[in-house]
Amino acid sequence: MNRAIGDRVARLSGYGQRTFADGYIFRPGSVEEVINVFHEARRDGRNVTLRGAGRSYGDQAIYPEAYVLEIGRMNRILSWDAQSGIIDCEAGATIETLWRHTIEDGWWPPVVSGTMYPTLAGALAMNIHGKNNFRVGTLGEHVLDLEIVTPTGEKLTLLPTDPLFPAVISGFGMFGVIVRVKLQMKKLESGNLKVLAVSPANWDEQFELFEEHETEADYMVSWVDCFAKGTEAGRGQFHAAWYENGESIDRRSLWVSRQDLPDMIMGIFPKSLVWRVLKLLCNRTGMRLLNWAKDRAGRLLDNGKFHTQSLVAFSFLLDYVPNWRNAYLPDGFIQYQSFVPKEHAKRVFSEQIKLQQESKLESFLGVLKRHRPDSFLFSHAVDGYSLAMDFKVTKARWDELELLCHRMNDIVLAAGGRFYLAKDSTLRPEDFQQYLGDSTLKEFWRLKRLIDPENILMSSLTSRLPVLRTPLEHHHE
Amino acid sequence: MSKKRALVVGASSGIGREISRQLIQSGWTVAAVARRKDKLQTLADEFPGQLQPVVHDVQETDAIPEVFAKICHNLGGLDLVIYAAGVMPPVGPHEFDTEKDLEIVQTNLIGAIAWLNEAASRFDKTGHGTIVGIGSVAGDRGRSGQPVYNTSKAALATYLEALRNRLAKRGVKVTTIKPGPVQTEMTQHLGLKGAMTASEAARRTLILADRGGEHYLSAKHRFAFFIIKRIPSPIFRRLSV
Ligand SMILES: Cc1cc2nc3c(=O)[nH]c(=O)nc-3n(C[C@H](O)[C@H](O)[C@H](O)COP(=O)(O)OP(=O)(O)OC[C@H]3O[C@@H](n4cnc5c(N)ncnc54)[C@H](O)[C@@H]3O)c2cc1C
Ligand SMILES: NC(=O)c1ccc[n+]([C@@H]2O[C@H](COP(=O)([O-])OP(=O)(O)OC[C@H]3O[C@@H](n4cnc5c(N)ncnc54)[C@H](OP(=O)(O)O)[C@@H]3O)[C@@H](O)[C@H]2O)c1
Repeated sequence: MNRAIGDRVARLSGYGQRTFADGYIFRPGSVEEVINVFHEARRDGRNVTLRGAGRSYGDQAIYPEAYVLEIGRMNRILSWDAQSGIIDCEAGATIETLWRHTIEDGWWPPVVSGTMYPTLAGALAMNIHGKNNFRVGTLGEHVLDLEIVTPTGEKLTLLPTDPLFPAVISGFGMFGVIVRVKLQMKKLESGNLKVLAVSPANWDEQFELFEEHETEADYMVSWVDCFAKGTEAGRGQFHAAWYENGESIDRRSLWVSRQDLPDMIMGIFPKSLVWRVLKLLCNRTGMRLLNWAKDRAGRLLDNGKFHTQSLVAFSFLLDYVPNWRNAYLPDGFIQYQSFVPKEHAKRVFSEQIKLQQESKLESFLGVLKRHRPDSFLFSHAVDGYSLAMDFKVTKARWDELELLCHRMNDIVLAAGGRFYLAKDSTLRPEDFQQYLGDSTLKEFWRLKRLIDPENILMSSLTSRLPVLRTPLEHHHE
Repeated sequence: MSKKRALVVGASSGIGREISRQLIQSGWTVAAVARRKDKLQTLADEFPGQLQPVVHDVQETDAIPEVFAKICHNLGGLDLVIYAAGVMPPVGPHEFDTEKDLEIVQTNLIGAIAWLNEAASRFDKTGHGTIVGIGSVAGDRGRSGQPVYNTSKAALATYLEALRNRLAKRGVKVTTIKPGPVQTEMTQHLGLKGAMTASEAARRTLILADRGGEHYLSAKHRFAFFIIKRIPSPIFRRLSV
C-alpha cells in the first residue's frame, strides 16, 4: 500500500444520495493509465469500480474501498465528420460535449437522457433510452464501434457484430472500461422542435394519446400526477414533439447560444436557488400541491396547443434546476422505473399508484414513456411503456418504502415486465433473476469468466444482487 | 440502513474491549487493535465474523498508515475510530525516569496522534466519520503522583480539541472522553473498589461518542472537576484530590 492512496479517498453516492461508499478515485487520462489502474488494483488486492458522471440513481457506480476509475478526464473528440455525422470520441465525453460540438453543423445525439451530464461510457454501460425510444431504440443501437480495456489489460475494438458488443453495452461496467466510442449522430435542420402539449384527465386518455401519436411523433413523454385518485387517477400532461424542417425554419436555432438554458427562471429568479425552495415543498403536502398546480396550469394554458422549443430545453428539462436532488436531503431519494408490455401497462401503473397512495408514500414525480424492445444482454425495454417515479427517502419509513417497491415489483413481474439497473435501488436478487431469465445470467457468467476471470470489476449493485457476483462459484456448470 | 464499521485501538482489555463488545452487540463490525494476540483472539472467538483482531504496537508509528489502510479495506469502510490504548505504570514519588516517561508519551499521545491523524485525514476527505479519544480526568491537573501520565492526557485533550476545530466544518465529530477511576487492568494495583466498571464506562462513552466536545462520564465528575480545575496551585498541591 502506497502512502498516496489515502489522498484519493472520497465518499461517493449515486444521484439519489441515499447510499454512500468510500472509494479511491483514479482519473486516468489515457488508455495506458487505465491499464495501470488495473495493475495497481491487482497489486493492492482491490476491486475496481467504473464511474462516469455518477448520474445513475443508486449503487451502480460505487463500491466500498474499491479503486474507482472515473472516465471523465478522457473526454476528447478524436474526429468529427460533419458530412456523414460520424463522431469518434473518448468515452468520458458527455452528452453535453457531443451536442455542443455538433449542433452548429446540424447534428444531434440520436438518443439522450433527461440530463445532458452523463458520459458516453456511463450512458452505454446502462444503454440509455430517450423520449424517442419507441422510434429509434437505445443509444447502443447507434454505436458504430467502440473500444474497451479489459481488467487483464487487453484492448479490444468491438463492432456491433461482435458477441461481446451487446454485453458491454448494457453490461453496467462489468466487462471492461469503455474508452472510445464511434457514434452515428442524427441529422437536424433546425435546433427547435414543434411540441404539442395535451392534458389527459385520466389513465385512459394518457394511453390514447400515446397510441394516437406513436406512428408519427419523434418524441413522446408524459408527466403523471401520482397524487390524483379515482376518476382523475392518471391525469397529467402529455407532450409529443417533432423535428422541424422545411423552408421556413430558422437556421440560427442551431447556434449553441440559442440552445443554452437560461440562468433565471421566469426572467427574475436565479435558478441556482430553486432547489432551496423545492426543499421547503419536498413533503407530501407540498408535492401534492405542486402536482395539482402543474395540472391546473397545463389545463388552462397549454392544453391542445403547439409551441416551439429548443432541443436542449425539451430534452434536458431536469437540468433547468441545478442541484434539485438536494431538495430530498438529508436522506435522499430513490427512483423506481418499471417497463411493462403495452397490453398490461395501464393496469400495472394504476395499481402501482394505488399501492403508493394506500401507504401514503406517493411518488413526487411520475414520467411515462413509450418503448420498444432491443437485444442487448441486460435490456430493460419492452414493447410497451415505462413509468419512472421519484420517492423521497426517510430513515424512519425506509422499510415501508422498500416493501412498497417489492410489492410493485411483483405486479410488474407477473405482467412480464422489466427493470432498469441505472435507476434501481430495491430489486431483490430473485426479481432480477426472474425478469432476465437464467440464460441471460449464464451468458453473463460465461463472458465474465472470459473477460474478468478474477472478478476485479465490482460495484455495490453487484453485491446487492449476488446472482451477479458469483460466476466463479458456478465454474462447474 | 447500512452496516457500520468501527476501529478500536487498545481493544484487548478494559474500556476498549468493552466498547468493542458493545459495538458488536449493536450490529457494528469492529477491527480490534492491541499487542496481545491471545487476548484479541479470545475476544474474536466471542463474535465469529464480527471482530477482526489486529496485532499492533502503537509505538510502531511508521507501520500505522499501512495498518490503517488495511483495516479500512477489510472492514469495507470506516465510520468510527476510538483510541483507547493507554498505559499508566506506577511511578515512585522521587522517580524521574525519562525512559519510562517517554514510553507513556509514546503510547498515550504519540500513538494517538499517529492513529487519529490517519482517521482525520480520511474523514476530512470523505466528510464522514466520528473520532473518539479516551483522555482522563487525570489530564485536568498536573499532579505530583503521575506527572507524565497527566501530561499525556492533557496533551491528548488539546490535540483532540484542535482536530475537532479542524473537522467541524466537514461534519466530522471529534469527542474527548474523560473517565474518572474505572476498574480495569490498568488500575488493578490501586484496588479501586466501588469505581465504575469498564462496561459502564464503555456504555456511557458510546452514548456520548457522536456528540463531539469533551465529556466526563458522570455528573459527579463534571461538578468535581469544575471545582478542582479552579483550585489555585499552592492550595492544590496540599490537597490529595
Ligand atoms: C436527472 C436524470 C435524468 C435521467 N434520465 C434518463 C433517461 O431519460 N433515460 C435513461 O436511460 N437514463 C436516464 N438517466 C440515467 C442516466 O442516464 C444513466 O444512469 C447513465 O448511465 C449515467 O451515466 P454516467 O456517466 O453518470 O455513469 P455512472 O452513473 O457514473 O455509471 C453508470 C454505469 O456505467 C458504468 N461505467 C462508468 N464508466 C464506465 C466505463 N468507462 N466503461 C464501462 N462502464 C462504465 C458504471 O460502472 C455504472 O454501472 C437519468 C439520470 C438523471 C440523474
Ligand atoms: N482505568 C481507569 O481508571 C482510567 C481512567 C481514566 C482514563 N483511562 C484511560 O482509558 C484507556 C483504557 O484504559 P483501561 O483502563 O481500559 O486499561 P487497560 O485495561 O490496561 O487497557 C489498555 C489497552 O491499551 C492497550 N495498549 C497499551 N499499550 C499499547 C501499545 N503499545 N500498543 C497497542 N495497544 C496498547 C492494551 O492492549 P495490549 O496490552 O494488549 O497492547 C489494552 O488493550 C486508557 O487510555 C487509560 O488511560 C483509564
